[in-house]
Amino acid sequence: MSGPIMEITDLQVIRNNMPALSVAGLSFSEGRVYSLIGPNGAGKSTLLLSLMGLVRPDRGRVRYRGADIPGGASAHRYRRNLAMVFQEPLLFTGSVFDNVASGLKLRGVKREETRTVAGQAMELLGISHLSKRRAGALSGGEAQRVSIARALAVDPEILLMDEPFSSLDAPSREALIADLEHIIRERGITTVFATHDRGEAMRLADEIIVMNGGAVVQTGSPNEISLYPASEFVASFMGTETILTGRVTGSGGGLLVLSVNGTVIEAAGDAGQGSIVTFCVHPESILFSHDRPGTSARNSFNGRVTKVVPAGLYRKVYVDCGITLMGYVTARSMEDLGIREGGEITASFKATAVHIIKTIPA
Amino acid sequence: MDLIVNGIIQAFSLIVSLDPEVVEVTLLSLKISGAATLASTVIGVGAGTAVALLRFPGKRFVISVINTGMGLPPVVVGLFVTLFIWRSGPLGGLGLLYTPAAMVLAQIVIAAPIITGVTLAAMQKLPARLRLQILALGATRRQLVWLLMKEARLPLLTAVMAGFGGVISEIGASMMVGGNIKGYTRVLTTATVMETGKGNFELAIALGVILLILAFTVNYILTAVQQRKQK
Repeated sequence: MSGPIMEITDLQVIRNNMPALSVAGLSFSEGRVYSLIGPNGAGKSTLLLSLMGLVRPDRGRVRYRGADIPGGASAHRYRRNLAMVFQEPLLFTGSVFDNVASGLKLRGVKREETRTVAGQAMELLGISHLSKRRAGALSGGEAQRVSIARALAVDPEILLMDEPFSSLDAPSREALIADLEHIIRERGITTVFATHDRGEAMRLADEIIVMNGGAVVQTGSPNEISLYPASEFVASFMGTETILTGRVTGSGGGLLVLSVNGTVIEAAGDAGQGSIVTFCVHPESILFSHDRPGTSARNSFNGRVTKVVPAGLYRKVYVDCGITLMGYVTARSMEDLGIREGGEITASFKATAVHIIKTIPA
Repeated sequence: MDLIVNGIIQAFSLIVSLDPEVVEVTLLSLKISGAATLASTVIGVGAGTAVALLRFPGKRFVISVINTGMGLPPVVVGLFVTLFIWRSGPLGGLGLLYTPAAMVLAQIVIAAPIITGVTLAAMQKLPARLRLQILALGATRRQLVWLLMKEARLPLLTAVMAGFGGVISEIGASMMVGGNIKGYTRVLTTATVMETGKGNFELAIALGVILLILAFTVNYILTAVQQRKQK
């Protein structure tokens, strides 16, 4: 198996005397799709710009196919292997075709070939009919499609995208994500895209890189990151709101008995008696019913629904049962179960659904 | 009122009859201010772009100097250029005093900061990330500068118009370094002042009207180019 297409070692970027980016090591394999997620100011954009060679690191190395990326007057030769799409389309004055062809023109590609290749890129993104339209007259969604077509026209080995969908309305975003997913998978383009939308990351990425405060806090597959967060921050950022801390009151056979403010929870795991454990329960692991479920769920609590919050196709249901649990319910299940604020409900989850984030021994 | 009406009538009569003296003065005005604007465009667009794009210590001070230069009083420019090209001055050996070349030189000193300042503002107004986007497309440094200038071409044309407007209408510097010599350094502004002084108001108004028409025509052409590019 060949080595990574891109590697970062001990990278540090300082801004205003503070580290804006500090990454011990990261590697990107050819043909895979990576998502950088994290809140604003997490360092996602700085990392992308570092990969593109547009930010000079204060320390560390960025290597492309085993060689350090060049700076100075020859940097453009390296950059021509990559393409980058920014949050704003940043289109040039001129027609859609002029924009899509701009990267090819910079590379000195002959006119006939430019016409063919730019035409193919426009077709891929479904914007051929806009070819002669002025870039300034496009809608947000169309403009971002042009920006992506411009990036793909140069046939990049690595595609970097910095929150490319964040300024689009929901239908435009959905359609563009679907098209882009198809293109990058079909072409096998190594892609690194930054987003603060975990849904986009879960949908597109093979691997998620969670960032916070300029550092990488966890990497892994979408499932690993979602179900087994390495920290309270990752759990919270990935949408888990049931994050609790309790004391181990019993253990044995791979099972822990935890006491959280007097509520007893059973969890799969191992820790000494008296240890303080921080754990989370993924919202999809919490089931609601009106009776104790006939499943193997070891944790089952009767409680009162305190809040119901719409969240896309689901509703977030908060139940107070001594501790507060949050789980997802579909609109249909809401009706079937008669869930309403102030109503009684039983919330259940398995011992294996409890993910232990941190243990402080007694 | 008659004076003004007669002056305007005489202006059109001088234009229509292509009065040799008026034609000569007008052409010289165009040549001197045109050459000065051209040279100032090269200097100003280059300097404005460089200051906008480069990072260097004292950049804010340099920008303040450029902005101050945009409002240089022509008489002060005339005085300093005169001192420089005066027989005993640093450039006295070139024998430029009271020549069209001296007038071009003085007008460059007036127009170049205007064009530099407007170019600088135009470049700084471009989206900050556009530069990164162009580099991310694989542009060389030269291609980057060219593309940024293309994106700022509308305000750059404004810069040229402002520069031309500044020099075609100035009088102080031209009078001081050119001397208003008939058939040699006499331009529309200096001729207008002289005719007003002599009490030839009709001719002075005529020259003033021609100056206005000239300024309007040049700006109209540049505006037409500017607006066409915007489409």
